[in-house]
Amino acid sequence: MKKHLAFAVAFAALGCGTAAMAQDDFSAQLKARQGQFRIMAINLGILGGMAQGKMDYDAEAAQAAADTLVAVSMIQQGPMWPAGTDNMALDGTRAQPNIWDQNDDFLSKWADFGTAAQAIQAAAAGGVEGLGPVMGQVGGTCKACHDTYRAPAN
Amino acid sequence: MGLAAIAAVVVFVTRATPIDSSPLAGRESDPAKGETVFIASGCASCHAAPDAKGDAKLILAGGQRFDSDFGTFIAPNVSPHPDAGIGSWTLGEFASAVKKGVSPEGQHYYPAFPYGSYLHMDDQDVVDLWAYWQTLPADATPSQPHEVGFPFNIRRSVGGWKLFYLDDTWVMQAAETPELKRGRYLVEALAHCGECHTPRDALGGMNRANWLGGAPNPTGRGMIPSLRPADLTWESTDIVYYLETGFTPDFDSAGGHMVAVIENFAKLPASDREAVAAYLKALP
Repeated sequence: MKKHLAFAVAFAALGCGTAAMAQDDFSAQLKARQGQFRIMAINLGILGGMAQGKMDYDAEAAQAAADTLVAVSMIQQGPMWPAGTDNMALDGTRAQPNIWDQNDDFLSKWADFGTAAQAIQAAAAGGVEGLGPVMGQVGGTCKACHDTYRAPAN
Repeated sequence: MGLAAIAAVVVFVTRATPIDSSPLAGRESDPAKGETVFIASGCASCHAAPDAKGDAKLILAGGQRFDSDFGTFIAPNVSPHPDAGIGSWTLGEFASAVKKGVSPEGQHYYPAFPYGSYLHMDDQDVVDLWAYWQTLPADATPSQPHEVGFPFNIRRSVGGWKLFYLDDTWVMQAAETPELKRGRYLVEALAHCGECHTPRDALGGMNRANWLGGAPNPTGRGMIPSLRPADLTWESTDIVYYLETGFTPDFDSAGGHMVAVIENFAKLPASDREAVAAYLKALP
């Protein structure tokens, strides 16, 4: 019995230790969430480049970019934003602590991006004229969230 | 000169005198043009209630907080409410506030209110803006006092500040084309870009020698970027697109107070965004 208890305590200590180590460093979560924003920017760049006339309009490429935005919008956000990963607690992030204080609003702003991404998805293959307004809509959702939840760049 | 005489001079030069309103008298006013002045000047961005969205931004109830090295300024109610707002003001009193930072009671406003930029506002634009103001909803929310400690709570000292820092000459002396003139008017006057993008000295005056050269963010975190051509290397078309959509050339998006600025610029004619880009490209 005593032996079992000692084993359990040692096991628990080991377990806690591993968990604590994982919590000290949130680099995986930071990479994942910043990576998804990079994917968004690259694909918005394709659509925006076409909308601005900097590159030729290509319905197939526009559709692929729009589909990718919708795909990103479907990634569940919770696991990438654990408590303690704000810019007061960690370097390398501009995520403000109010993300966790007002998490429902934060997630509803993310959902707004999903709605705007679907509007782009519906419009992308329909011609270059349709891109401007939906780009404005998605841009509005980016700004709405950054206005409140992202700290200024250094 | 005796101490009393010096004191008398100080009292005289730091007094708050209203504007000469005679050039404003007898003009026709156009509220539709005033709306453009209102949008370009970003009035609602600071005077709307905190977190107001959409049409609620036209209710100028005040209450937004602005941190600075001198304390926290709280935007007052400037809706046309006769008691809580500025509904009882005359056109001349409005012009004195906007262009000289002087209240109807003869007090100096703190320069968190960007009259150091608005002093360039055309008289006709002031008249049109005031006409548009009358169409906005009144709101009864009381204004809150600023949270400013000694010695900055002595309003008279703002009179001295104005002597040093108010400058009604343009930073860009030569603006040859109508587009550059419009860009200069938007950047230096109405949109008051210099208020955040130009560094300030120890007493909070804009350092015009380093005009739009970038400055620490008054929130204490991060930098407000330089807009000078050596630093802002975007194409003109990138600047125009940013002011319309908030997207940078690498499709990051604007955040913080620029979100409100872009919301305003997106409502202005494309030629205004192009004029701003032309102005920034013409800076030394």
